[in-house]
Amino acid sequence: MTEIMTLSANLSDAEIEQKAKSNESRYRLKVYFWRSVILVLFVGLWEIAGRREWIDPFFYAMPSAIVARLWDWTINGTSEGPLWYHLWVTMEEAILGFITGSIVGIVVGIALGRNQLAADIFALYIKLINSIPRVVLAPIFIMILGLGLASKVALAFVMVFFVVFSNAFQGVREADKAMIANARILGASNWQLTRSVIVPSAMSWIFASLHVSFGFAIIGAIVGEFVGARYGIGLLINIAKGSFDAAGMFAAILVVMFVALAAEYLMTWVENRLISWKPTTMSEAN
Amino acid sequence: MSELAPAIELRGVTRRFLSSGGKSLTALRDFSMTVKRGEFVAVVGPTGCGKSTTLNLVTGLFKPSAGEVKVMGQPVFGIDPRIGFVFQTDALFPWRNVIDNVVAGPLFRGVSRAEAYKAGRDWLVRVGLKNFEKLHPHQLSGGMRKRVALAQTFINKPEILLMDEPFSALDVQTRAMMHEELLKLWEANRASVVFVTHDLEEAIALADKVYVLTAGPATVKSVYEINLPRPRHVADIRYDKDFVALSMRIWADLKDEVLKAQARATMAA
Repeated sequence: MTEIMTLSANLSDAEIEQKAKSNESRYRLKVYFWRSVILVLFVGLWEIAGRREWIDPFFYAMPSAIVARLWDWTINGTSEGPLWYHLWVTMEEAILGFITGSIVGIVVGIALGRNQLAADIFALYIKLINSIPRVVLAPIFIMILGLGLASKVALAFVMVFFVVFSNAFQGVREADKAMIANARILGASNWQLTRSVIVPSAMSWIFASLHVSFGFAIIGAIVGEFVGARYGIGLLINIAKGSFDAAGMFAAILVVMFVALAAEYLMTWVENRLISWKPTTMSEAN
Repeated sequence: MSELAPAIELRGVTRRFLSSGGKSLTALRDFSMTVKRGEFVAVVGPTGCGKSTTLNLVTGLFKPSAGEVKVMGQPVFGIDPRIGFVFQTDALFPWRNVIDNVVAGPLFRGVSRAEAYKAGRDWLVRVGLKNFEKLHPHQLSGGMRKRVALAQTFINKPEILLMDEPFSALDVQTRAMMHEELLKLWEANRASVVFVTHDLEEAIALADKVYVLTAGPATVKSVYEINLPRPRHVADIRYDKDFVALSMRIWADLKDEVLKAQARATMAA
């Protein structure tokens, strides 16, 4: 520590900044390097283990077989029709469930957060429904809403709703008391208070839930497709399972993985655009 | 009749509240205070004695358990639009930039956007933040945030200004600057002010009248007229011999209560 201090004392600001920048890029390179090493090791070991028959490729497949299957699906389509169509169906279900679930979750969360009596009355029922493992609802939804889009959207909806609801509710409750008093004395009506103080201050809580809940929406859609569907990634996995096609299962999982990751990045980007007022952190100059 | 009525009148007010454990506590007991129009009143007392409660009774956020609270001769009913309030903690909206924070009040009250922003810019000039309108609160220093809070309050042209230890979180130098700033703004608008603080020197430097409260439950122990000439220079006034004499007299009075409050706190601990 002292060594760094004495060193820094002799440097100009520009030099310190230069040094910090090169330190940072060196650090980032190191991170990328080890990330790729782990990926290569993992995929390589899997491939070798499969080829040498340390593990049975019939059950565990091999990276090369998975890539080949993905390639085949993209070029020739799956036995159930083009891959893109299945992906689109799953995404459509997930997105619809995500949008409706988050809108209803935010509205109900804020409404109950602002109304103590209603919150106390509904708390019991929300807890009751929330304690049901969501996936067991899949057969019921499929029975009621059929094999099509609606049953999957409904399942994605309930997966998303509770996460977003509880965060919106909590966010409203955490809103700063002095800030609320300030707004009221400045002349805010109840509605103005909700719109321009409560909702913005709950926003970071709501965004935190939106991050995870798109993943939940995809889970809802895919689980729904497992239980009964004509199209979708879940159906592909189900069919692959039925025919002991390990490569097919992993290929479908890979597709879902990329989609979920892309959605996560998109969400972070949107959040950074919308919540630009947050303080940035400073780091120690050394 | 109401023309002559004092700006604020608390008569025999008692305020009880329930603690989070469900126990009944008394914050104020048989409390009486009168603030004339255009008068600057400071309220000092030991920490935690219930000073802030007096302000919340005037805003209408709290209701008295007994006694009477009148604003401009009328009993308090809900939040009075003639009241402005400056908080101890940061009560700015962190997601709004400086100008949007300042115009919040007028916009809430239905003033047109053009008019509100014109007045907002005007106020930013007056508090010396002309070039900072696009910044967000977290990018400002504590003193600058307080200036924004003052502009945000004064833009509503309050006839009554309530201040709850507004500068207690600032460092000594910034606080002295803010005192000057506040007096300058107040000379221009001449609102009736209640300024709650635990800092006796601050109270004497700013106010026309100082109320000393007892250790909780708070009631008025004594009232001092501060006859120091205005306009005052807060930075220099503390070396004035009248100031020193006053401050020694009032401190002798306040000290007993501070010791009492402290003894009680150690007993409880």
